[in-house]
Amino acid sequence: MSTQPVAVAPVPRGALSNRVGRRALDWAPAAVVLVLALVFWQESIAVFNIKRFLAPQPSAIASAFWDHRSELLRAGWFTFQEALGGFVIGCSVAIVAALALARWRGVGRALMPYAIAANAVPIIAFAPITNAWFSPFDKTSKMAIAAVLCFFPVFVNTVRGLTSVRPASIELMRSYAAGEIDIFRRVRVPTALPFVFTALKIATVLSMIGAIVGEYFGGSFNALGVLIFSKSSTFDFEEAWAGIGVACAFGIAFYLAVAGLERLALRGAPSTEE
Amino acid sequence: MSVVEIKELTKRFERGNVVALQDIELAIEPGEFVSLIGPSGCGKSTLLRIIGDLIKPSSGTVTVNGKPAPRARADHDYGIVFQDSVLFDWRTVAKNVALPLEMLGWDRARRKERVDEMMTLVELQGFGDHHPWQLSGGMQMRVAIARALAFAPALLLMDEPFGALDEMTRERLNMELLRIWDASKSTVVFVTHSIAEAVFLSTRVVVMSPRPGRIADIVGIDLPYPRGAQTREEPRYFELVTQVREALHLGSDLDQVPVQ
Amino acid sequence: MAVSVATTLTVLGVLVGGWELYRWIWITAGWTWPFIVDDTSMPHIHTIVQALFRRPTSGVGDVLVIQLFHAALFTAKEAVVGFAIGASVGFLLGVVMSEWRVLQRGFLPYVVASQTVPILAVAPIVVVYLGSLNVAAWFSVAVIAAYLTFFPVAINTLRGLQSTDRRAVELMHAFAANRWRVLWKLRVPAALPFIFSALRVAATASIVGAIIGEAPSSIQDGLGGYIVNFNQYYTLNPQNLWATNIVAALLGISFFLVVVGAEKIVVRRAPEHIA
Repeated sequence: MSTQPVAVAPVPRGALSNRVGRRALDWAPAAVVLVLALVFWQESIAVFNIKRFLAPQPSAIASAFWDHRSELLRAGWFTFQEALGGFVIGCSVAIVAALALARWRGVGRALMPYAIAANAVPIIAFAPITNAWFSPFDKTSKMAIAAVLCFFPVFVNTVRGLTSVRPASIELMRSYAAGEIDIFRRVRVPTALPFVFTALKIATVLSMIGAIVGEYFGGSFNALGVLIFSKSSTFDFEEAWAGIGVACAFGIAFYLAVAGLERLALRGAPSTEE
Repeated sequence: MSVVEIKELTKRFERGNVVALQDIELAIEPGEFVSLIGPSGCGKSTLLRIIGDLIKPSSGTVTVNGKPAPRARADHDYGIVFQDSVLFDWRTVAKNVALPLEMLGWDRARRKERVDEMMTLVELQGFGDHHPWQLSGGMQMRVAIARALAFAPALLLMDEPFGALDEMTRERLNMELLRIWDASKSTVVFVTHSIAEAVFLSTRVVVMSPRPGRIADIVGIDLPYPRGAQTREEPRYFELVTQVREALHLGSDLDQVPVQ
Repeated sequence: MAVSVATTLTVLGVLVGGWELYRWIWITAGWTWPFIVDDTSMPHIHTIVQALFRRPTSGVGDVLVIQLFHAALFTAKEAVVGFAIGASVGFLLGVVMSEWRVLQRGFLPYVVASQTVPILAVAPIVVVYLGSLNVAAWFSVAVIAAYLTFFPVAINTLRGLQSTDRRAVELMHAFAANRWRVLWKLRVPAALPFIFSALRVAATASIVGAIIGEAPSSIQDGLGGYIVNFNQYYTLNPQNLWATNIVAALLGISFFLVVVGAEKIVVRRAPEHIA
């Protein structure tokens, strides 16, 4: 998964009181699905006699996780750092570039098609090269690929947000004799925030993918991706799957963290509901 | 000194060689409530925007508060209300009203005081912490009016502000507007395509003709203030409505001049 | 979005020029940050182009550009099939989640979470399992491509369907339309811009999925296989990996352009009025 995320106009949120009810009861169906899925998985392995290789039973995976939890979590943390580093670098550069491009509209309009096209490139193919540039055992190589993956979606979406202001709002600001900078600060940036956060949420997932794919082509033994692949090759499938689970957990936590930030930053404004 | 003085104003739009306004002459005195009325395409909104220096004239002069229009805009001499209330979704109602005050650099205490004053003026006290989308259309428009008056400008420009509202809300807001106008002692230039509204609100009604936009007639409204529900039932009101209507029809017939 | 030939050539020229200039400056100045620049880490553009017309495996087989072309076709096949499957599944999922809120609450978190699973690790498993069911290897990769494709389509279909104008829905109800009519005659057409926006993303996602699927699964015929191979010999022959990247990039862009073209034909809408 890569590229331009869904630069979609925000969907209005309901009244504040609705939000409180969202918590408890809304998660019930999801919880039910989870339980059913786990049960189905556990039982069907036995019933259909599926080989260990494909999918060990959840119970086996859980116990493998428990036995090796410190190693797995440390590896997960290592990989997460690579992802986080790439995320921070890629997103900040993207936002700065977008601010610059929105400021100089002529150049921006001319270059946008190329940015969008660049977004369509499978950057993941680039991962082996970053390993060659920086030592594969160094976090930097993975941060580089994660950063490049994060850059384009955040860039395209931020520009879109900055330039999708209603003309009437600009006219209103002009009636206040507002300068370009004022308009930027008071209108364009707040309008862009929902778009930016949509992109940031996707970037969290992309950065983890980038880190792990990078590790496939060579990485430190402390890294989660390397751990998963090496356990797979030594037929320790329970542990490999436990590693996959840890990768998921870090990815989800990262995503939720940014989603939480979004809730805080967009308090009260119509948000991008998922 | 007139609040607004327009001399020999002409506006062309290059693209279609369309003459939007032709030789407009108009003087608006302090404390007046002047409506601009005319069919679609007569240039009334364009004229309003030229007064507000949001559009530049092709020729002629526009003086607001004794200054050229661009200076008046830079000096924040007017407030403007559009048909769409143009409130910022990400700000509370109170912060929306405070927007021009922030731009003028007022400190927080002064801003709060004025915002409260304005909210009371438009009878929305207590709604400060709401968000625009939580309010009805009529309420949003009142917030927009509060915002436009926040820094007590001498001139208030309004571009069909009640156009998107239903008849009853409209009539109620008409009376609200008169009350606010009286309380704030400002001058109002009001664009509308409702004859009833124009006659009910104004001291004078400027009737415009379609392209090229010209002033067809100016009808003085001699109905006494304060006006209320009973005003709409007086014979003189109907006479004036008829007078404006006839001026409008006459104005459309004048549009036989070919556009270059 | 007007892209003229002249501007494209200029941009390419700037990129190539920038590359060579960066190279020259860094080598001459001997800078090592962010990374050391030499013939291995940044080969000359012309060596990369030359490599395209040489045989990669000493004297045997076609020249590189032909091989990469076939590999690209192979990968494209997987990506197209994966795209078709993923987009359909994603669309159906989006429709289902929008029609029944319970299902939305039940499934949406997992739809989102699904993308945090490192498919690179799971890919070989999928290939082997489906292989044991006598499914061709390329189809297994298509399944992996579908896995990356369904997500943006599902999310955006849901969002698009949910953002239908309420008044339009009321209108349909006034015509005594049942929920399916409302869906097919109103919601889906109204959601098309959203869906196409996702299809653009999905196009590239399908290629990424195909490459990621091939790489660990020892599938030699596609671009993923070439990347793995050339990676092993990178220090000897960096040009080959770079050339493969360029081909992959072109493939991604072509897919994207196809979807954009399709969108222009299918979706005719009032232009967005934005400042």
